[in-house]
Amino acid sequence: MNINGILAIYKFEMNRTRRTLMQSIASPVLSTSLYFIVFGTAIGSRMGEIDGVGYGAFIIPGLLMLSLLSESISNASFGIFFPKFSGTIYEVLSAPVSPFEIVAGYVGAAATKSLIIGVLILLTARLFVDYSIAHPFWMLGFLLLTALTFSMFGFIIGIWANDFQQLQVIPLMVITPLTFLGGAFYSINMLPEPWQSLTLFNPVVYLISGFRWAFYGISDVAVGLSLGMTLLFLLTCLGLIWWIFRSGYRIKQ
Amino acid sequence: MQPIIKIEEVGKTYASGFTALKAIDLEIHRGEIFALLGPNGAGKTTLISIICGIVNATSGRITADGVDIVDNYRKARSLIGLVPQELTTDAFESVLNTVSFSRGLFGKPADPAYIEKILRQLSLWDKRNSKMLALSGGMKRRVMIAKALSHEPSILFLDEPTAGVDVELRRDMWEMVRGLRENGVTIILTTHYIEEAEEMADRIGVINRGELVLVEDKHRLMQQLGQKQLHLHLQTPLNEVPAALAPYNLTLSEDGEQLTYHFDTHQETSGIAKLLRALSDLGIDLKDLQSKQSSLEEIFVSLVQGRSEQG
Repeated sequence: MNINGILAIYKFEMNRTRRTLMQSIASPVLSTSLYFIVFGTAIGSRMGEIDGVGYGAFIIPGLLMLSLLSESISNASFGIFFPKFSGTIYEVLSAPVSPFEIVAGYVGAAATKSLIIGVLILLTARLFVDYSIAHPFWMLGFLLLTALTFSMFGFIIGIWANDFQQLQVIPLMVITPLTFLGGAFYSINMLPEPWQSLTLFNPVVYLISGFRWAFYGISDVAVGLSLGMTLLFLLTCLGLIWWIFRSGYRIKQ
Repeated sequence: MQPIIKIEEVGKTYASGFTALKAIDLEIHRGEIFALLGPNGAGKTTLISIICGIVNATSGRITADGVDIVDNYRKARSLIGLVPQELTTDAFESVLNTVSFSRGLFGKPADPAYIEKILRQLSLWDKRNSKMLALSGGMKRRVMIAKALSHEPSILFLDEPTAGVDVELRRDMWEMVRGLRENGVTIILTTHYIEEAEEMADRIGVINRGELVLVEDKHRLMQQLGQKQLHLHLQTPLNEVPAALAPYNLTLSEDGEQLTYHFDTHQETSGIAKLLRALSDLGIDLKDLQSKQSSLEEIFVSLVQGRSEQG
């Protein structure tokens, strides 16, 4: 195992985060704070409780998930896309590092950054709304699994993308709508049929539901199902990455 | 002695159907400087990229120090350093960070003293905290070399190392390459500058259209294939080459003051003595004479052209 190689990639990526602190950490925290002010404090105060939880607190898991997904994807996809774009990937390909070590370095750094953002958002939320965490261990578990899974997904997008537009298209056109429609701001039980059943095809529903259960003990779908789906996404991403390195897809001719 | 790199029947056909390499066989000797010459698109960079693990070969096998580069890629790659042709750098990183990154990537523990040594050798120490984007092209090239040397490789690939580099830096690099060879590093360089191969290499391989046209010791190559010319400066200008000198195939300069005689160094007799006697018989006096051996460039052009005509 080339531990020094993993650490080199990890440190390199974390350095990039440090260099762009405003953009990479401050910006997502600020935008989520705006959601709390608008939906949590301003509008939320005029809305009733959902499943016994105040609206401001109810949206915390969903908002956290929204940031977690988009930040994990954008950070990991850019991390691997940029060396591919600038040509510096030659060094990683010619180094004695295995695909697992490459992924551990890039995805590990992206997931770390997402976790930092997640914790910061959680602390910031406290300034606006009062909340409690019923199952802290599970909350951290979901946070970690989601950050890891979607950083891997971002890594796949970064490998797949041929230009900057493709890099943006999936986070903007797929992930953001799925998160908004996945129960970030409402319980899917509030939807009329057939939308309620159709929503179950949205994978983000399971992530948000499981996460909300960890906070308040309430969920749209069974927590076991949420965990199972999260692990399924994780395994799917792992399988895709395994195939990418095996076939050399878009990284090696 | 076992070759440090052994290339057996290595071929590469890209997904587009373009065949970049056709069953290359080549052995690189330990501790030598080997120059790979060839026109653009000949397959030089593809061959290097395959050895370094950036491109997959379609067929064949390569070993580095007896180790298969695919089956035992960790060991093989840790022996190899690569300076690519393109100046691809992390624009926002500092020189020190980017070179330290390379060392870590190749599995070596941090060694600030060693990194300082190579940065000083390459006159980069003063620039260690500069961002890559602030460096000139020549400086970036030095950083690429420092990155390739950061993990103390025993084989160094230099793909067009002095492209776009000024004369002074080129001389510095040649000195550095010689120094590395003295320390036991095997060096394989590709170049467009024949002068570079002529100056540096122990052996030369010529590659054209994906085929290795020849591999030869540099001196032997120049001796074997070297055409020599004898320039005869005349006391009195001539209007034309006298008919009696027709068998010598001489060419007369425009001003009529110089005759040039071409001869092959590996022929038994050069014919110079006979030519000089003939000139004397005709009463043509000489002011001066000098002979010149063809440069590697001329040899190279004639080889590549010869192949193109055959193909």
